[in-house]
Amino acid sequence: MDGEPIIRISGLGKNYLTAAGPVPALEDINLVIYPGEFVAIMGPSGSGKSTFMNLLGCLDVPSSGAYSLNGTNVRTLDKDQLARLRNGVIGFVFQGYNLLARVNLIDNVALPLIYAGVGKAERNRRAQEMLDKVGLGKYGASRPSQISGGQQQRVAIARALINRPRLILADEPTGNLDSRTSHEIMGLFTQLNRDEGITVILVTHEADIASFANRLVRFIDGHLAHDGAVEHESHGTLA
Amino acid sequence: MISAMLSEAWLSMGANRLRTFLTMLGMMIGVGAVILILAIGKGAQFLVDQSIASMGSNLFIVLSGSSTSGGIRMGLGATPTLTIGDAQAIAELPGISAVAPNAPGTAQLVYGSNNWSTQVIGTTPSYLDVRDWKLSAGYPFSDSDVRSATRVALLGQTVVKNLFGDEDPVGKTIRIKKSPYLVVGVLTMKGQSLDGRDQDDSVLIPVTTAQRKLFGSQFQGTVRLIMVQAASAQDMPAAERSMNQLLRQRHRLQEAAESDFTVRNLTALANTAAETTRVMSVMLGAIASISLLVGGIGIMNIMLVSVTERTREIGIRIAIGARQRDILLQFLLEAITISIVGCLVGVVLGIGGAVLVNEITQTAVVITMSSVVMAFMVAAAVGVFFGFYPARKAARMEPIEALRYQ
Ligand SMILES: Nc1ncnc2c1ncn2[C@@H]1O[C@H](COP(=O)(O)OP(=O)(O)OP(=O)(O)O)[C@@H](O)[C@H]1O
Ligand SMILES: [Mg+2]
Repeated sequence: MDGEPIIRISGLGKNYLTAAGPVPALEDINLVIYPGEFVAIMGPSGSGKSTFMNLLGCLDVPSSGAYSLNGTNVRTLDKDQLARLRNGVIGFVFQGYNLLARVNLIDNVALPLIYAGVGKAERNRRAQEMLDKVGLGKYGASRPSQISGGQQQRVAIARALINRPRLILADEPTGNLDSRTSHEIMGLFTQLNRDEGITVILVTHEADIASFANRLVRFIDGHLAHDGAVEHESHGTLA
Repeated sequence: MISAMLSEAWLSMGANRLRTFLTMLGMMIGVGAVILILAIGKGAQFLVDQSIASMGSNLFIVLSGSSTSGGIRMGLGATPTLTIGDAQAIAELPGISAVAPNAPGTAQLVYGSNNWSTQVIGTTPSYLDVRDWKLSAGYPFSDSDVRSATRVALLGQTVVKNLFGDEDPVGKTIRIKKSPYLVVGVLTMKGQSLDGRDQDDSVLIPVTTAQRKLFGSQFQGTVRLIMVQAASAQDMPAAERSMNQLLRQRHRLQEAAESDFTVRNLTALANTAAETTRVMSVMLGAIASISLLVGGIGIMNIMLVSVTERTREIGIRIAIGARQRDILLQFLLEAITISIVGCLVGVVLGIGGAVLVNEITQTAVVITMSSVVMAFMVAAAVGVFFGFYPARKAARMEPIEALRYQ
C-alpha cells in the first residue's frame, strides 16, 4: 500500500461510564488503513467491534489515544466539522437499516444531500441514480415498510453512497439477512471497493461474509488480537 | 434547505393528524379569543369615545341638591334649587363660554296618527353650543322665544323618524301634552350617550315654555340642572371654584352650611369612563392572552413527546451529517408551523366570532389590523419560545445514544 493512510489509529481506548464505574470496551488499539482497502472486523460478542466502528464514524469520542481520518486528528474538530465528515467523507450502513419510515425511498436516499445544502432537483436526480445503481430504481416512491429487508439494506447503502464518501463503515450489514441476500449485498460492497476505490470496513460474525474482504481484523475483549490477509478458500467453496 | 425542512415538518405533522390538530386547537382558541375580546373591547372603547365626542367639550354640569345630605344620599336634582338667574349669573363669570339651563321631563308627542313618548328638555339656544349640536334642517329657537315662552320645538332624529317617517317636519305642528308646538328645526344625529341612552330621542323647547306651560307644577321657576362650558380645559379648575363661590352667595348659604347644589366636571367623568373601558379591554385581552400561553404550553408538550418518539430518527440524521443547528431548525420549524397555522385559523375564528357577536347582540365590535398582526406575532413568538426547548433537546442528543434508542 502506498500514499497517505485514510485511517491512522494509535493507542486508542474507550471506557464506557456506567453506574458501576468505567467499563473498558477498547484498549490500546493501533491500526492503519489505506485508501482502497476492504477490511472485515470479526470477534466475539462484546469484544468492542461496534464501539470501534462508532469511533471510526465520529459518532463517539475515544477516551484515550489518537484517531486521524484523512490526515486530520478528529480530536481537533468541532461538532459541525465532525458533522461535515459524517456527511461527506463517511457513509454509514447499520445492521437495522435505519431508514426513515415516514418518507419514501428517494427522500431517504437524498437525506444526506439536504445537510450538504444540495438543491431539490439535484438531490432527486442523484437519489434516483443511486437507487438505479443498487437495483431499486423502480421503487423510489415506496416506503421502507413496503420492501424486503435486503432491499432496505440496499437503500441504506444507496444513502451511504449518495454524497460520494471515501469510506464506508458497515456494522453487521448482513446480520438480519439470509445468506443469499447477504451475498448480494456483499457483491455490492465488493463492486464499490473494486470499481470505485471506496474504502470499506465492515463488521461481521460470519466467516463467509468476511471472506469478501481482503484484510481481516479480529477483536477479543477490547484488544486487537489478529490483523492479516483473508484466505479465500472458504469464499470460493461457498460462492 | 428551509424548504426541504418545511416539507418535512408538514410530513411529520401529517403523520399524526389528530395530535397535530389538537395541538393547533390550543393556538386557534387562544388567538381567536384574543381577537374576539380585543374586537369587543375596542368596540366598547369606540362607543365611549364617540359619546364623549358627542357630549361637548370642557363641560360642567351643575345639579340641584347636595351630593350628600345629613349622611343620606339624595337623588341629585330631586329638589330643584337652581334657577335661570343662576344660569345667567354663571354666564357672566370669566372662563365660561356658554351656559344652558335644563328643565327635562317626559311627555307624549302626537303628530297626525303617530304618537311617541320622549324626553323633552326645556333649555336656551346656547344648549346647542354647549353640546356642540348642529341642526340638520330649519333653524334654532331664539332668545326672544325663551323670553316670551313660545311653543316651538327642535326634534331629535329618533323623534323625527317615529313621528314623521320620511315627511319633512320643519314648519309642521306637533302636540306635546295636547298643546300645539311649531317644529322649527331638526337636530343632527348624536348617537348614544355614555350611559347608553339614545340622545337623538329628545326634543328641545325654550326653558320658559317648559317651566310655565309644560311641566309647570314640577319646576316652578327652577331648573333641574345647568350645563356649563368652560372656554378651555385650562379654565376648568378656576371656573369650578368661582361657580361654587357664586352659587353659594346667590343661595345665601352660611359658611358651615352644605351646598344645595353640586358641580360636576363631566369631562373628567367622561375621561374616567374612557380610561375604565380602556383598562377593562386591556385586562380582558390579558386574560385572553393566558389562553395563548396555554396553547403554547400545549405545543411544547407535544414537541417534547415528538422529540422523544423520534429519538432514533434524530440519531440517524446526526449519523448522516445533520449539524446541531439543522436538527434545531427542523423542530423549531415544526413548532412554528403548528402555531402559525393554528394562529391563521384562530384569526378567522376570532373575526368570525366578532361578526357573529355583532349580528346577534348588536354590540359594537371593532377589528383592527393591529390586533390581528399582534395576535399573529405573539403566536409566532409562542411557537419559537415554546418550541425552542424541545428543539434544543433534540439538537443536543448524543448520536450513539439516539441511535441505540428503541
Ligand atoms: N453504552 C454502553 N454503556 C456501557 N457499556 C457498553 C455500552 N456499549 C457497549 N458497552 C460495553 O462495551 C463492550 C463492547 O461492546 P460492543 O457493542 O462494542 O461489542 P460488539 O463487539 O459490537 O458486540 P456484538 O457482536 O454483540 O455487537 C461490551 O462489554 C458492552 O457491554
Ligand atoms: Mg456490535
